[in-house]
Amino acid sequence: MDFLRPASWEEALAAKAEHPTAVPIAGGTDVMVEINFDHRRPEYLLDLNRIELLREWEVGEANVRLGASVPYTQIMENLRTELPGLALASHTVASPQIRNRGGVGGNLGTASPAGDAHPALLAAGAEVEVESVRGNRFIPIDEFYTGVKRNALQPDELIKTVHIKKADGPQQYSKVGTRNAMVIAVCAFGLALHPETRTVRTGIGSAAPTPIRAKEAEAFLNAALEEGGFWDNGKIITPSIAKQFADLCSAAANPIDDVRGTAKYRRHAVGIMARRQLGWTWEQYRGAGRTLEGAA
Amino acid sequence: MRVNFTVNGRPQEADDVWEGESLLYVLRERLGLPGSKNACEQGECGSCTVRLDGVPVCSCLVAAGQVEGREVVTVEGLAEFAKEREAHSGCASGACGTSIDEAKRWEAKPAQDSQTGEGVELSPIQQAFIDAGAVQCGFCTPGLLVAADEMLERNPSPTDADIREALSGNLCRCTGYEKILDAVRLAAARQGEAV
Repeated sequence: MDFLRPASWEEALAAKAEHPTAVPIAGGTDVMVEINFDHRRPEYLLDLNRIELLREWEVGEANVRLGASVPYTQIMENLRTELPGLALASHTVASPQIRNRGGVGGNLGTASPAGDAHPALLAAGAEVEVESVRGNRFIPIDEFYTGVKRNALQPDELIKTVHIKKADGPQQYSKVGTRNAMVIAVCAFGLALHPETRTVRTGIGSAAPTPIRAKEAEAFLNAALEEGGFWDNGKIITPSIAKQFADLCSAAANPIDDVRGTAKYRRHAVGIMARRQLGWTWEQYRGAGRTLEGAA
Repeated sequence: MRVNFTVNGRPQEADDVWEGESLLYVLRERLGLPGSKNACEQGECGSCTVRLDGVPVCSCLVAAGQVEGREVVTVEGLAEFAKEREAHSGCASGACGTSIDEAKRWEAKPAQDSQTGEGVELSPIQQAFIDAGAVQCGFCTPGLLVAADEMLERNPSPTDADIREALSGNLCRCTGYEKILDAVRLAAARQGEAV
């Protein structure tokens, strides 16, 4: 095994071009587990800890440009206003020690359907900026996940920045597990209201081969909110609309039975989370001033 | 490969390090610092918690090569570290750690050994663990001490929820959690009195 220690982003891209099989390591919270357990013996480890730009973030007009290795702790502490969904999701990641090391780039690189950041990114709307010596490109988050632990990266590409839409309305996130800390999601759900475009977006985690959006549920809710004039009149969403939305979210899931839970349970739980989060976010949108409970 | 870094204020050089080796392995097997415990090797249990540039991390998940040029504090150096911190009137910002200058000024004194931790007066959190009876088999204790000490540095008056969250990455299988919580409350109270 060789340990590559690029001092700059350009050096990292050159190293990745020269050794496309090199495994990038940043927080190490996935990669080191695989190495410790002999599940993986990469020929090259590509250490990204020295690259400052990956640990930086910038709040722009419409987007937050989040460096791939910004630790979850920083997201929780500093980006709660701009990225409320992702901040909640970050808070559910493992433990303080892990949140101090891990970041969204690692979640995307591993592309596990159970990655905590995914539902929040899908709901908020994001693009993943990847780069190689050939140049950079922006991959819409919906197109990033291509299979179980597979993503749209080319072998010579590295994840540089995640461009996430700044919240223009309430966002929620919740995750089902046996305790608060150190839990791999049984399933997870994220919801974002986008009052500016009068749309809602969802994200489902750990209940399909990849993280997904419940697009039919979104389309139904968008139409129902428009038809009832809800965005303007701020009325309580009727239980029948909430139920239909929850049922469509359940239907969008395509879960399996495994050690963490059954497919049936996951489907059910996704529906429950969807209905509750719609309630919480809508109350917040209506400005009822009630404290949000539940998530994280 | 060779790795140069600072451990408990002292420059260290580890040789013949395998590229896939963890910081934990280097500390325990190459530098003779077995205080950080090796249990799960997957970041679940927190018993290998150390501070890397001031931040608590699981040393089993840090690749040895990633600590080149960086500063590590282990449980062996905790008492010395706490003493230094007190001498520099606390660290409200949370951004402290041992500076390079401080590290350079460090010298071994007969009565104190930050490498083995022997002969050094215990840090307040360590004393509180003893006084509250928070140590049973002792395996989880080093990780808990490092995590709890860091929390008290950031947050001198933690609520119970703050304590639980700060220690949520540390497992105790004797299930002595209540006493551990007592110990952290005790250390916080003593810290408050001292001010």
